[in-house]
Amino acid sequence: MHSVITKKAILKRCAALSLAAVLIGTLSACGSSSSEDGASSDSLTLTNVSYDPTRELYQDYNAAFQAHYQEETGQTVEIIQSHGGSGGQARSVVEGADADVVTLALAHDITLIEQAGLIEPEWISEFEGNSSPYTSTIVFLVRKGNPKNITDWDSLVADGVEIIHPDPKSSGAACWGFLAAWYYAGQQYNGDETQMKSFVHDLYANVTVMDSGARGATTTFVENGQGDVLVSWENEAIQTVEEYPDEYEIITPSVSILAQPSVAIVDENADKNGTREVAQAYLSYLYSDEGQTIIGEHGYRPSNEAILNQFADKYDLDINLCTIDDFGGWDAAYDKFFYDGGVFDEIYAQ
Amino acid sequence: MKFTHSKRVIPGFGLTMGVTIAMLSLLILIPLASVFVYAFRMSGAEFLGTVTNSAVLYAFRTSIICALLAALINCVFGTILAWVLVRYDFPGKRFLDGLIELPFALPTAVAGITLSKMYSTTGILGKPLAGLGIEVSYTHLGLLVALVFIGIPFVVRAIQPVLEKLDPQYEEAAYILGASRRKTFFRIILSELRPALLTGFGLAFARGLGEYGSVIYISGNSAKEHTQVVSYVIMQKLNYMDYASATSIALILLIISFLMLLFVNMVQVRQSKRTNNV
Amino acid sequence: MKKEQQGSAATRNILIIIAIAFVVIMLVLPLAAVIGNSLKKGFEFYMHAITAKYVISALKVTLLATVVAVGVNTFFGIISSWVITKFSFRGKQLLATLIDIPFSISPVIAGLAFIMTFGRLGWAYPILENISRITGMDIQIVFALPGVLLATIFVTFPFVSREIIPVLNAEGKDEEEAAALMGAKGFYIFRKITFPQMKWALVYGIILCAARALGEFGAVAALSKTRGETFTLPLEIDALYLSGDSDSLVAAFAVSSILVIIAIVVLILRNIMEYRAKLRAAEK
Repeated sequence: MHSVITKKAILKRCAALSLAAVLIGTLSACGSSSSEDGASSDSLTLTNVSYDPTRELYQDYNAAFQAHYQEETGQTVEIIQSHGGSGGQARSVVEGADADVVTLALAHDITLIEQAGLIEPEWISEFEGNSSPYTSTIVFLVRKGNPKNITDWDSLVADGVEIIHPDPKSSGAACWGFLAAWYYAGQQYNGDETQMKSFVHDLYANVTVMDSGARGATTTFVENGQGDVLVSWENEAIQTVEEYPDEYEIITPSVSILAQPSVAIVDENADKNGTREVAQAYLSYLYSDEGQTIIGEHGYRPSNEAILNQFADKYDLDINLCTIDDFGGWDAAYDKFFYDGGVFDEIYAQ
Repeated sequence: MKFTHSKRVIPGFGLTMGVTIAMLSLLILIPLASVFVYAFRMSGAEFLGTVTNSAVLYAFRTSIICALLAALINCVFGTILAWVLVRYDFPGKRFLDGLIELPFALPTAVAGITLSKMYSTTGILGKPLAGLGIEVSYTHLGLLVALVFIGIPFVVRAIQPVLEKLDPQYEEAAYILGASRRKTFFRIILSELRPALLTGFGLAFARGLGEYGSVIYISGNSAKEHTQVVSYVIMQKLNYMDYASATSIALILLIISFLMLLFVNMVQVRQSKRTNNV
Repeated sequence: MKKEQQGSAATRNILIIIAIAFVVIMLVLPLAAVIGNSLKKGFEFYMHAITAKYVISALKVTLLATVVAVGVNTFFGIISSWVITKFSFRGKQLLATLIDIPFSISPVIAGLAFIMTFGRLGWAYPILENISRITGMDIQIVFALPGVLLATIFVTFPFVSREIIPVLNAEGKDEEEAAALMGAKGFYIFRKITFPQMKWALVYGIILCAARALGEFGAVAALSKTRGETFTLPLEIDALYLSGDSDSLVAAFAVSSILVIIAIVVLILRNIMEYRAKLRAAEK
């Protein structure tokens, strides 16, 4: 049996400790919830809710914009970034994340926020080029020397080719990839849907690892050494090759899809926070020469033709790109391909 | 709560019961009710259609089987570990003891990434295993490894305190009376440990059933190989802002683990009645 | 007799070997891999990575969330295990199981639960708006610090009570009843009888709760979106990992190693405490 003294001592200490913990906890919880308001008055704060691969892009762009805005207006602006899967980020704005601007992977995600009543319906014409200051596309990343001799989409359906491709059910990049493959099949089989389905079925039968996001797929391919070919964002592929020039190379297929990440001001939040002006300036500056150059440096295709051509050695500019309009827009594409029971489910479950 | 006929001798029932119910409701039940309301907005047919979709059913099968197997593996090794930690002295024992909770402290995503790398065909453990024809990462086996990793502390820490309290006199008596060590263990000790073991099993199972972070990186999430887990399917639905489907699948998941835990608790309460001899 | 002892020594050794092998393969190797990866670019890089501005902020949030979760859940754990083990009432199993619910909720849904309560789509949102308007404060729960705290409390809610209940059940309630019949007050009974019984289980529970709070990702990720403000260490690690270049990849592992180190420190403290108490008990 333990002695009474020991019990008492330990009891007292533990009780004191836990009491202190509860107290600190409650106090700090109260403190934190009431101290939220102080920040807004003295300097401007802008929250940009974006998607996963743009982390470095906006890190550099924000620094450039802050300097620019300071020079123009004399005001300092603090920019808070948030990154995550594009769909999840859109959802967080709908659920109440205080975004002043959104810069997401696809227009569809911004439409979801629009439908929740936070963004005015005409947002897509608010900025140039359907509000997409930069574009990207889907390419293949293969191991150095291209041992499986991957040249185009039809190389992917060959026996023994192992593909790493994220899951279209949870990744925006994967949706673009699927649509690009579908478009290629449409050209090959003159729009015969049975044959097209059989083609994409064979392609997805070769997918050995289906990660939940584009970044996870890159890790599986690069860090864990799985698969022969990664179907990837062009900017991710460029980044990987810059990092490991002796291990990987990029193969550009004959056709791919023009991915148009879109930007918009979240009207309701910007008006509430009094940040409309700076939000407008922030997104407009993406179209400036300086903004476009930063964009090009990070592996995205600038929307400004002249600046795009400055990066001609970086991108295959001859690639034939279809757009989402070839599929009747995102709503139609989701309905047909990606919702439960759509084409993707049909070809994948076979 | 209705009062039962037996008179309560120990004071403090009203106060502690009040605090318990209040905290439980505010922190857990009310928020949960707010989310599951979405599931009830569906019609019965829609609900059934969602949760009996073949991809969803496969995900349930995968999650349940893997969580069960992982919990069983953890029970075996957890018992051995707890036994070794309580009954034997050997160099490095404290260190071993200290390592048990670490799977909790490591963020599940980090655990998943690290495990998938170690067990992939190019990793330090995956390579020799691949030589034997066993692939771990991106298969059910990988899933199992991740679930064993996150579940082990539950079992060890459920058994350990009970084992420490267990009076060695029982065993000695049985031993002196001529029972073999093995018999002593299986007859006496295991029956004493059963409630704790069940608790550990129930918790490891429930945790494994809902696990997300550590699993998505190692399972490969293939709908075809049926390596998608339920949490992953829920996340897919949420990505499409399909709150109704997501919450209805989550509801089924909750019901399964709730029943499992209820069973465990009933066993436990029965056990305590026996101890109290009422 | 001698043969029997040899047999038992063999069993002992085999069991120890199995235990060590299991721990090495399942726990030590992954942790060693984390530490190894974190030092890939040298110690200087490591120090630089773990003292980054975002990391320090995330560390503070994580520690705060852990302390709050441990505090709240210890309080709740002691109270609820008292109710469950010392009294008979109808629906006891149900209550015990309701407490366990957070174990069985996918973290994804746990985060969503608070969003659907306090977020823009939640029923409590208009109430919060009104309070904010009347008091002139901008009260934010989700996507702010209180949300992070709530989510952490949620996922670790049953840990303490779960550890205490089996031990108290095994002890029974005869001693308490006897004491009560002799006229002892409630808190006195708890201090003199119940607490010593549950002491070590309580410590285990607190450690489990703290460890889980340190590492929680899914639920907090749903409620915390801004790096450098409401990010916890696991979220910061995720952000670093996802940024893709090899520097941040190593930094991600470096930050993970902080969590491992905190956990090890906590566990060593527990060991010392336990050791001292046992020593003192043996002295008497």
